[in-house]
Amino acid sequence: MTSLVQKLWRMRGGVHPEFHKNDSTRQGIQQAGVPPQLIIPLQQHVGHLPDLKVAVGEKVEKGQMLASVSAVGIGAVIHAPTSGVISSIEERAIPHPSGLNGTCIVLDSDGEDNWGNQRFEPHSDYRECTVESLLARIEDAGVVGLGGAVFPSEVKLASAGESNVETLIINGAECEPYISCDDLLMRERASEVLIGIDVLMHLLKAKRCIIGIEDNKPEAIAALNQALAQYKAGQQNNQASDHNQKTLPSASLIEVVAVPTMYPSGDARQLTRILTGVEIPKNVRSTSLGLLCHNVGTAYSIYQAVVEGKPLISRITTITGTGIKAPKNFEALIGTPFSFLIEQAGGYTDKAERLIMGGPMMGIALPSDELPIVKACNCILVSSRDELRLNDHEESSEERLVMPCIRCGKCMQACPVKLLPQQMYWHTRARDFEKVAEHKLSDCIECGACSYVCPSHIPLVDYFRFAKTEMKAQQHAAVKASQSRERHEFHEFRKEREKAEREEKRRKQKEALQKKKAAAGDGKSDDTAPKQDAIKAAMERAKAKKAALKAAAENKQDSSDAV
Amino acid sequence: MQFDTQTTSLVNDAPDISHLMKQVLYALVPAIATLLYFYGWGVLINLALAVVFALALEGIALWVRGKPIKPFLNDFSAVVTACLFALTLPPLISWWVILVGLFFAIIVAKHLYGGIGYNPFNPAMIGYAVLIVSFPLQMSQWPGAYPVTGEWLGLSDSLSIVFGQMNADWDAITRATPLDEVRTGLITGQSFQDIVAGDSFGWLSGVAWQWTSIAYLLGGLYLIKARVISWQIPAAVLIGLAGVAGMMWLVDSSIYASPLFHLFSGATMLGAFFIATDPVSASTTPMGQIVYGASIGFFIYVIRTWGVYPDSVAFAVLIMNMAVPMIDYYTQPKVFGQSGSTHAKR
Repeated sequence: MTSLVQKLWRMRGGVHPEFHKNDSTRQGIQQAGVPPQLIIPLQQHVGHLPDLKVAVGEKVEKGQMLASVSAVGIGAVIHAPTSGVISSIEERAIPHPSGLNGTCIVLDSDGEDNWGNQRFEPHSDYRECTVESLLARIEDAGVVGLGGAVFPSEVKLASAGESNVETLIINGAECEPYISCDDLLMRERASEVLIGIDVLMHLLKAKRCIIGIEDNKPEAIAALNQALAQYKAGQQNNQASDHNQKTLPSASLIEVVAVPTMYPSGDARQLTRILTGVEIPKNVRSTSLGLLCHNVGTAYSIYQAVVEGKPLISRITTITGTGIKAPKNFEALIGTPFSFLIEQAGGYTDKAERLIMGGPMMGIALPSDELPIVKACNCILVSSRDELRLNDHEESSEERLVMPCIRCGKCMQACPVKLLPQQMYWHTRARDFEKVAEHKLSDCIECGACSYVCPSHIPLVDYFRFAKTEMKAQQHAAVKASQSRERHEFHEFRKEREKAEREEKRRKQKEALQKKKAAAGDGKSDDTAPKQDAIKAAMERAKAKKAALKAAAENKQDSSDAV
Repeated sequence: MQFDTQTTSLVNDAPDISHLMKQVLYALVPAIATLLYFYGWGVLINLALAVVFALALEGIALWVRGKPIKPFLNDFSAVVTACLFALTLPPLISWWVILVGLFFAIIVAKHLYGGIGYNPFNPAMIGYAVLIVSFPLQMSQWPGAYPVTGEWLGLSDSLSIVFGQMNADWDAITRATPLDEVRTGLITGQSFQDIVAGDSFGWLSGVAWQWTSIAYLLGGLYLIKARVISWQIPAAVLIGLAGVAGMMWLVDSSIYASPLFHLFSGATMLGAFFIATDPVSASTTPMGQIVYGASIGFFIYVIRTWGVYPDSVAFAVLIMNMAVPMIDYYTQPKVFGQSGSTHAKR
């Protein structure tokens, strides 16, 4: 068979840190088991907070829905990772960079890990299923993108279905140092991953699939190739004799491609370019160019959801770093506290000084190991201060002092999206956000390659995150200002209108009075008429006032809605 | 267990500023050795005095500004400025001239603008420009090269001249530099070919200058290979200069010096690889660096040929330093996804 991929495109920029992947790949994936208590945050995905479906004290079975997709908009379902009793539903610390609390369901496990009848019906015949039913299953199983974006997969696939996806890209690059969960997944569960991909191919009716893996994972590449070869052989045999051999309808369309090891090749847009040469601009959906990228972990979750009927209640997480005695990968239930896994990895060494969720380049520093594993948690990195420098000007030791930028341009050479970090840094320090925007800050993928290479040790990516939030705040303030200006203008307009109405009324009254006077001057007339007129006028005044109040109230409501 | 939640960066072994600066110093070694051979102890005395003065001035400036002294002195930027500055001076120049020049380089051009990273102009070139404007006599007293004069001044005599205890017989020691010689020769109506046929000229330019230029070129190539500087600026300076010089030379080779002569004379190589590439004051975008470098090459030629000063690298660099913010703004590279490869070359 001829290769589907003729050549690879070179990534622009990128860096070559020490990858430290072998630390955690010496052993296979370990089952972490069921912790006594699980903390399940409601918000584990991009989208709206899901609607709670259980109450405190309720007994739940493994796989039971705890919260459903919000009625308001996109989101993901949350399931019980094990059986037990909901002991509380409260605000708790969640693994999120904001450090804010979020609503969490606390589940005391009963140790039985009992599915009851919560498993979905397995569809090993997924090729016979309709696209709608498969999408519904993926949604019901709470599958989100496990590469880090945690975007609901069903939404991504449904919107892709509208356009013609020709090439499915499966992202197994795993370019960040230390992380090895995708590597081990591909090594150990290659054929399941391939079946997940086949489901995706069936859903998308794509013409080809490229699995991109960095060439520092030869075992994963070999495992996938071997599984693929078996499927292909099975297909040929099947045609000859009706053996009950493994087949995969899209096997001939799938190709495993090794890409050069270079951070951040695992960024979806970067990987797409490396594999196809297509640069997807920001604000353009890859699907409109006939491309769609999914993570290997997501493909595996889709396999579990469709073929095994299991919702997304566990994931593979790497526990690693110099702060961990025996780094390894765990298959852990969502909601498992970090400490439960760290204990099983031999506990801390005396170098445990930083706790990072994700990798050392883009991960977020977390305050406590009591936080739970969430769907986004690909890695828990416990590291020493010699490896991970705090981005703090005051406290840093002398040899790591942040020096001024000398505009050497190393950051520019490292930037995979071809920005000019040295210029953006300069303008950010000057708080000239207009200039920062002109330097295309919004295209920054925050990969941290610039911070990594900076000879002055400037935490560039922190400055850019700061500038992004600052610009967002400014935009928000501008919107608010224009809203209140509109409100003020309307208020003025209303005052004018009311004034005009009053004038009009007074004029009419005067006229009426004059008429009456004239009539009185004419001769005899009863006194009651002016009195009645006055009463009538007063009643009208009251009515107008009431109407004005009502209008004001409505207006207020409108504006508060707008905010 | 509780942890610190400040954001972190992965520590790398990538070179820091002092490493980059040390690379520049290493790259200067061949040129220093060559100059030492041709001009004697004066070269080393210049360098030593300049480094001492520069570190003292830098230390004072940091102290006055309330900055940490040790890390900033250790960044080696003042040493590099001092060395580059010293190499542009005639050997045996009086010590106080060096001090005045470095005062302007370190205090005025660097620290009054905010210290390393904030200077819009190249400090060494500011120092040089101040001296050539203020003390043109001292700055033009280049001793003749040893192979030409056959005289080698001892260390103690050199020190005596530098510290003013001995009045040098300048007429005996000094010789016009090749650029000077060509300039005056052309003014007096000699043809370029006749001038360079003289004793003090080699196959490229002046006997001493051509070898010094080659030494700078080697050092510069090392810097490119070590990724301390990018190739754009030096290439653009040299091509810019050679391009203009070549055109004029083709117009009339008897009254315009050859492009090779320009490339290997004066401070061309020093300027292209060591001065114009000072990252702080140079353009930083790939396209901008080419515009910046080529413009420097152009101005070197224009000032050498039609200006008052025989050499012009300092002025050409300072002129283009002024244009850097504008060049950088208009030469932003197209970001990912904007370069038109959206529709696949599949």
